[in-house]
Amino acid sequence: MVKPDEVAYYKKDDLLKVDYESLPATEWMDTPVDFRRGSYIYPGKPKNLKILDLPNPREWALTDDDWKLQENWKQIILEGMAERLKKYRSFKLFMDTCVRCGACADKCHFYIGGGDPKNMPVLRAELLRSVYRKDFTTLGKVLGKLAGARELTIDVIKEWFYYFYQCTECRRCSVFCPYGIDTAEITMMGRELLGLLGLYINWSIEPVANCYRFGNHLAIPPHGLVDTLEFMLEDIEEATGIKAGLPLNKKGAEVLFIPPSGDYVAAPGIYTCMGYLLLFHDLGLDYTFSTYASEGGNFGLFTSHEMIKRLNSKIYAEAKRLGVKWILGGECGHMWRVLHQYMDTVSGPADFLEVPKSPFTGTVFENARSTKTVHIMEFFSDLIKHDKLNLDPSRNDHIRVTFHDSCNPARGMGIFEEPRYVLKSVCNNFFEMPLNTIREQTFCCGGGAGLGTDENMEMRLRGGLPRGAAVKYVQEKHGVNQLAAMCAIDRATLTTVCDYWAPGVQATGITELVANAMIFKGENKRTVNLRLEPVPGMEGDEKEGGADDE
Amino acid sequence: MTKLRSILGEKKEAIVKRWLEDTTASYAPETRAFLNRGKDRFANPVGHALRVGTQAVFENLLEGMEPDRICSHLDDIIRIRAIQDFSPSQAVSFVFLLKKAVRAELGKEAEDPRLLVELTELDADVDRIALLAFDVYTRCREQVCELRVSEVKRSVAAIMERFNRSGPDSASAPDRSETKSKCTNEKRGGDR
Repeated sequence: MVKPDEVAYYKKDDLLKVDYESLPATEWMDTPVDFRRGSYIYPGKPKNLKILDLPNPREWALTDDDWKLQENWKQIILEGMAERLKKYRSFKLFMDTCVRCGACADKCHFYIGGGDPKNMPVLRAELLRSVYRKDFTTLGKVLGKLAGARELTIDVIKEWFYYFYQCTECRRCSVFCPYGIDTAEITMMGRELLGLLGLYINWSIEPVANCYRFGNHLAIPPHGLVDTLEFMLEDIEEATGIKAGLPLNKKGAEVLFIPPSGDYVAAPGIYTCMGYLLLFHDLGLDYTFSTYASEGGNFGLFTSHEMIKRLNSKIYAEAKRLGVKWILGGECGHMWRVLHQYMDTVSGPADFLEVPKSPFTGTVFENARSTKTVHIMEFFSDLIKHDKLNLDPSRNDHIRVTFHDSCNPARGMGIFEEPRYVLKSVCNNFFEMPLNTIREQTFCCGGGAGLGTDENMEMRLRGGLPRGAAVKYVQEKHGVNQLAAMCAIDRATLTTVCDYWAPGVQATGITELVANAMIFKGENKRTVNLRLEPVPGMEGDEKEGGADDE
Repeated sequence: MTKLRSILGEKKEAIVKRWLEDTTASYAPETRAFLNRGKDRFANPVGHALRVGTQAVFENLLEGMEPDRICSHLDDIIRIRAIQDFSPSQAVSFVFLLKKAVRAELGKEAEDPRLLVELTELDADVDRIALLAFDVYTRCREQVCELRVSEVKRSVAAIMERFNRSGPDSASAPDRSETKSKCTNEKRGGDR
């Protein structure tokens, strides 16, 4: 017998049969999901489900055969679906109206970057729609598969979990839908239904549990928050010589300021938070932080409508308790989708607050008449327009910046011009990315809607690919070295996206750049920025003028 | 391999086109159509990278195999395939498809005994490219792991610095710039 180490062992015909393709032999409906490490997120821990009184808390793993669902799981899902079809008219419409034209198919960043057809928004929605047809439409009941209907099985549930947590609810696909179907809301419904079986990802349900108890996603207790902010004050003093104040839980303040909690602890968000503290101090804004409503973000949006309400209401309860006039929101992303599109329905109207009016310019923010909450970029751009900020953009001349429209402020509230106006006012070198990657058509960072953790890094890098490709383009064309974004999740995840797809580009917040360009009253000669890094062109002053220059 | 090289130079466009099509066949049919269809580099960045990358690798092969340049072009493709739903072998298998594309486009000419030696040399060059592809793939995967570690470090950087600064022996704590660079500035080297 011929052995493998002999040439004759290898037959030419056999060698030529190598299969370079790896396609499933079955149709999508019959191809069960293959959980690939790096693509999925770990399940919600039972302690977090218990804190929130959610059903079926238990230890389980995605790769287990048995997901330990309730015995009547199928009934729970179908009843849950029936309830939601009745309660949310949009859900019913979105289930019925899709004609599968495919306009959305190649618009999803996960599909563009990964190539898995089940990430085409139309097919991702079809995962749910096929069950809807089978159990809620006559045609589907009668014709079954012919009408695009299929039986609800455990494999379908597993598939839902895999793919509804591969959607960042960014809504880029919905921009292209001729019927205006909001695919993000289909994902939201899918996640709500999964939640009825106790199926959550830990990276979103833990922040929800934390926020429910501590008022922020990171479970920072009041004294921890004070400690964190005081620590920033030290750095501010080191960078500028300014002793900024720290108003906390101040009753009767004019403004309640609410940033995303990501800005309290993680770089580069902390530099943006330092920027808030400095600018408010310099302006003399009568404001307060709250240790109770210390989080603008709302991971309830990625969990269920009920949870949106539970977390959102704390902000307004606190505004009422402190007796502020209006609310100023920081550089958060999904906070603004909640505020702009859900808040009025779930917690409004905030009629105990006043229509926001800038104490420095007299501008009345009519657009915030209902929610009484102003975006910090609206606030800053109004100040700049009225020449109320003493800016020297040349301090940022070493920065060549581009702007990433964060999905939620961009598509969720339509704020495009203000951040650009502010950026151009504080940076002399601003460059836009290509038009089909910004504004309404902006590409997601790949880490929104609860997906910004590290165990699904491959999936995030797939999702971040289209954004990364656009950043790389402006990096090569214009020498761009910073990517500004007004969303805490963006600042965290785009750092990684850039490291992989466009190395050399740093993520930054806008307020950080404003503070670095600002000539503050009583500041020392500035030689370092808020990151305490020497500023090119300004470090020489130190040598000439001496370190203790008054 | 002057004779073969001049023939391949003439057929370059067809060979690269076939190689690209065979490469995109590793994706689902819908995706394959999408990758071959869209020419906008921002709407279809993967299709763009595959198109530009395969062409550049093939040109470099004809021009004499400069490893650094080949690696750089391979990186454009493999950086993507390294994070897609492929096994390691599937991710780099496209390199071998070049042999198939060359033979298919040569047609009868491939059987010309005068080209046999040069074709064998070409196969060996493709094998060398495959080895480079393995290096590039491994580097990308290592980086994915590093990115995970860096994120975790970044998320605790400020907390660690605070501990170091407020501890009883803060004078002997690590220099803050050192802590910072450890936690926040771990950038990729020039390995691309």
